Amino acid sequence: MVAVQTARPAQGAALPAGAATRAPASLEQRVWALLDTLPDPEIPVITLTDLGIIRHVQVADDGVEVGVSPTYTGCPATEMIRRNIREALAAAGIAPVRVVDVLFPPWSTDWISERGTAALRRFGIAPPQRHAAAALPPACPRCGSTRTERVSEFGSTPCKALFRCNACLEPFEQFKCI
Amino acid sequence: MTAAVAQRAVPSQAARVEYVLRLADTSLILAQRLGEWVGHAPALEEDLGLGNLALDFLGQARLLLTHVGQLDGSNRTEDELAFLRDGPAFRNFTLVEQPNGDFAHSIVRQYFIDAWQVPLFEALASSADADLAAIAAKSLKEAQYHHRFSSNWLLRLGDGTAESHARAQDAADTLIRFTREMFEPDEVDRQNIEAGIGADLAAVQAAWSADARRVFAEATLKLPEAPPGAPVGKRGDHSEYLGYILTDMQFMQRAYPGASW
Repeated sequence: MVAVQTARPAQGAALPAGAATRAPASLEQRVWALLDTLPDPEIPVITLTDLGIIRHVQVADDGVEVGVSPTYTGCPATEMIRRNIREALAAAGIAPVRVVDVLFPPWSTDWISERGTAALRRFGIAPPQRHAAAALPPACPRCGSTRTERVSEFGSTPCKALFRCNACLEPFEQFKCI
Repeated sequence: MTAAVAQRAVPSQAARVEYVLRLADTSLILAQRLGEWVGHAPALEEDLGLGNLALDFLGQARLLLTHVGQLDGSNRTEDELAFLRDGPAFRNFTLVEQPNGDFAHSIVRQYFIDAWQVPLFEALASSADADLAAIAAKSLKEAQYHHRFSSNWLLRLGDGTAESHARAQDAADTLIRFTREMFEPDEVDRQNIEAGIGADLAAVQAAWSADARRVFAEATLKLPEAPPGAPVGKRGDHSEYLGYILTDMQFMQRAYPGASW
């Protein structure tokens, strides 16, 4: 048994109200499912789990612990991500929740899921190349051409760089490979 | 506050704190300097770039200062350490408090730091201090990216027009003297190196020099020799500029103690 309880049945939520009485494993699954609905604050087309920053969910007698890796050490979205996690779980009646930083091993863009990669591309952001292919120019998210060139190492958020496509002539952002 | 007791393989607590504080303050003060560029860079892309660099260095500083507050047993927060210490308590390299100057000065200063941070963090990633190792492994990825930015700019400036070449060379000639303290170990460095906590400065210097020789040669610039005599910021001996930086950076907490939002 765990001491973590849903204070009120999750009415209208995707999960049945009876979820509150499930064994630890299923509470853990519920937390994962909830986290999978939370968008990244700066790139809302990708969820926190698809971004690969949720490192662990531990259910213990004194609450639920969620381990989160920062993408960039100074990323201002980090604070908001922590708060959003606490609020979303609290809204589903899961408390107390502790959100802890996991620095090691450092987050890598290789941990972005295939679903996340596809979502970025649909949104017009060239997904990060996998490390194995980091030397290749990114493909244009609009026309798919690899005749692209970097305009700037940095973009509108710490995680992005600016590119332009020499085939369709459109500028685009790329999620940096780190 | 230099640790007087030289013990083998067990650094004094003061030396351990001091070692991390130097890294933290160097990142913090450079972040503050880089932030001054926001709204003033020569092009929008570089404005964003320098702002992004500032953010990364601030992120490093936050992690490192938090670690300092735990190491020294004071439980001071990152904010207390950043905003409530006076100049002589700061341990940053004198290099990072130097004025931004023109774009070439800022790029050369940045390159000197980036070429130091990459081999430093590579070494610290296997530090006996597990927290420091984790911070280094994380920051290394960012440092490598910064290094690409600053070395590419150094190439463009050095191998650009006569004007950009002259300015880049002037920046290197002016700033080189502040690089000595990066590689000259003192008692704090030695204790931490012996304990497997700190990075071997001879190896870091060898990597820095090899990289600088290569980049400067390609940029058609002369890499000057570093003369002695610059203030040693890591021992709290600063140039006059630090006071002005702190006046700006700490204003809010000094004027409205405890203010938060």
